[in-house]
Amino acid sequence: MPTQSRSAGEALNLYGLMAEFETPEGLLAAAESARDEGFRHMDAYAPMPVEGLAEAVAQRKTTIEKIVFVAGLLGATGGFMLCWWMTVVAYPHNVAGRPLNSWPAYIPITFESMVLISCLTALVGMLMLNGLPQPYHPVFNVAQFERASIDRFFLCIEARDPRFELEATREFLEGLNPLEVTEVEK
Amino acid sequence: MADELEPTTVIDPGPDEVLGPGHNFDTVTTKISGVVYRPFMRTPIQMFVGFFIAFIFVNIFLGAVTWLFYRGVGIWGIVIPIAWGFAIVNFVWWIGIGHAGTLISAILLLLKQDWRTSINRFSEAMTLFAVACAGMFPILHLGRPWLAYWLLPYPNQMWLWPQPRSPLIWDVFAVSTYATVSFIFWFTGLIPDFATMRDLRAGKTVGKIYGMLAMGWRGSAKHWARYQKAYLLLAGLSTPLVVSVHSVVSFDFAVAILPGWHTTIFPPYFVAGAIYSGFAMVLTLAIPVRRWYHLEDLITTRHIECMAKVMLGTGLIVAYGYAMEAFISWYSQNEYEQYAFYNRMFPQAGTYWWTYWMLITCNIAIPQLLWSRRVRLHTWAVFAISLVVNVGMWLERFVIVVTSLTRDFVPSSWGMYYPTMWDWATYAGTLGVFLCLMFLFIRGVPAISIFEMREVVHEKEAVHAHSE
Repeated sequence: MPTQSRSAGEALNLYGLMAEFETPEGLLAAAESARDEGFRHMDAYAPMPVEGLAEAVAQRKTTIEKIVFVAGLLGATGGFMLCWWMTVVAYPHNVAGRPLNSWPAYIPITFESMVLISCLTALVGMLMLNGLPQPYHPVFNVAQFERASIDRFFLCIEARDPRFELEATREFLEGLNPLEVTEVEK
Repeated sequence: MADELEPTTVIDPGPDEVLGPGHNFDTVTTKISGVVYRPFMRTPIQMFVGFFIAFIFVNIFLGAVTWLFYRGVGIWGIVIPIAWGFAIVNFVWWIGIGHAGTLISAILLLLKQDWRTSINRFSEAMTLFAVACAGMFPILHLGRPWLAYWLLPYPNQMWLWPQPRSPLIWDVFAVSTYATVSFIFWFTGLIPDFATMRDLRAGKTVGKIYGMLAMGWRGSAKHWARYQKAYLLLAGLSTPLVVSVHSVVSFDFAVAILPGWHTTIFPPYFVAGAIYSGFAMVLTLAIPVRRWYHLEDLITTRHIECMAKVMLGTGLIVAYGYAMEAFISWYSQNEYEQYAFYNRMFPQAGTYWWTYWMLITCNIAIPQLLWSRRVRLHTWAVFAISLVVNVGMWLERFVIVVTSLTRDFVPSSWGMYYPTMWDWATYAGTLGVFLCLMFLFIRGVPAISIFEMREVVHEKEAVHAHSE
């Protein structure tokens, strides 16, 4: 835990301020304005993917594809080495004088192992990078937030943002034409 | 939120639209979750009847399998030379059916087809359950099914390892990977919808169960970015996977030297046949379900028509496969290959020639009706054709497996195969298992992807705003 609060919001046991919007376009415009205003610690919540929203709330590029690529290489190598080791080292068996290392026959298993390991990594990696499973998160303290998975769009500016000031930030959010602005308790 | 269980009018917008009029984010959510969240006693009566009948077949299956474990595979009609009877016919049939699910979710996603969205979840579930049914058959066919784990490479005190040069072991890897990846794909798609289900019943027990499955999903834009990337990667990986699985299944045959099996056309023709039968099964399931639950505005005539077109297209690839098989057997000038086809096609006493012509009727002749737009737009005609194709594809596997095995090189080793009651009971039983699981799935999780339907709503609104 930080020993010294970096902004006024943290002292108030506040996670942030949340503005509710009716449309994805409204949310996207608001997120872009907040970014232009200089806010960095914020997140947008939507019941479906909205193009450009992640970039607007300061998402760097995703790393999941790199992780999956490495996992795929490891899976393919593992699958091939398994076949090679089984037929050349562990249980060498001469079938009609064919070479023990009959690598073309190993390709199907190599491919299937690659797919299996990369798909498992894609799911587990996505969940881990997203910090899921996560039993508790402050945004769920907002009553209307249950509609974030149905038909409403939310922008939350977090109290840890150095530019966060309760009154000023509330005013800023209200200027973005939201349905409502709510305080999010920790 | 509107709590309309039975909307007064459900409008099928016809063959040009993927979504009925008047839908917004809230109504698609309510409607799709309403299939799960309606009071138990207001489940359509057909679901109860269907589940009841399917459950009887589950019990027949359990009975047949119990007897099989007790007595062994001798209760089936398999003999030498036909050691691969119904078990392998059914295995190939079921796993083929699964392929349409992956095609719809993965390949059509990459191709950005708008008619994929409301049927993908449903077909992925179909894939899972079809693969479960398929996977049981080779294990039951082992003779000593309790030793099925010997197929896996694991360290054991006998220091024995499976033979990775054999297509049968490739099959173990391909089918188990396929089952796992299908589950991952299905589950990944469900996470945001579990969150919706959680929030619709916040605080209640059912909401808590969905909440655990949603794992705290909160729709954060940062999460969505990774989610979409992961989903796209899964689609990209599933696309070659689905082609590889039925290719590997076809290697079980093509790598053998048996006349009628030893053909290079098998992999592409098996894959096309798999997609063909899979689309037939999606139609067989989707047409009644959309009617029972009044989902005609979400699964529209456009979806049915597009699937019918894919069925027609893949059916023609299959027809080309049959033609090439016959042509090559003649062109090869190999007397065994030629005899295998003579035996398949021409009437002789004591052979299965009639199954070949039934297969041609079901798979090639009747589906040509789909060239007519009137037939494609007539939902129940498409339903009837899809049933015919299901039967036809089963017969195709029967012809490939059984007819080829009955007469190989040496007349002294020829034989006939007669399925017993237990063969039929096991097959019908897996149909019951499959349908039971489908009924439970429709009742238990959103059968249509809600968050992807919201995207469809949003796109439609954007198009409207643009045209006005």
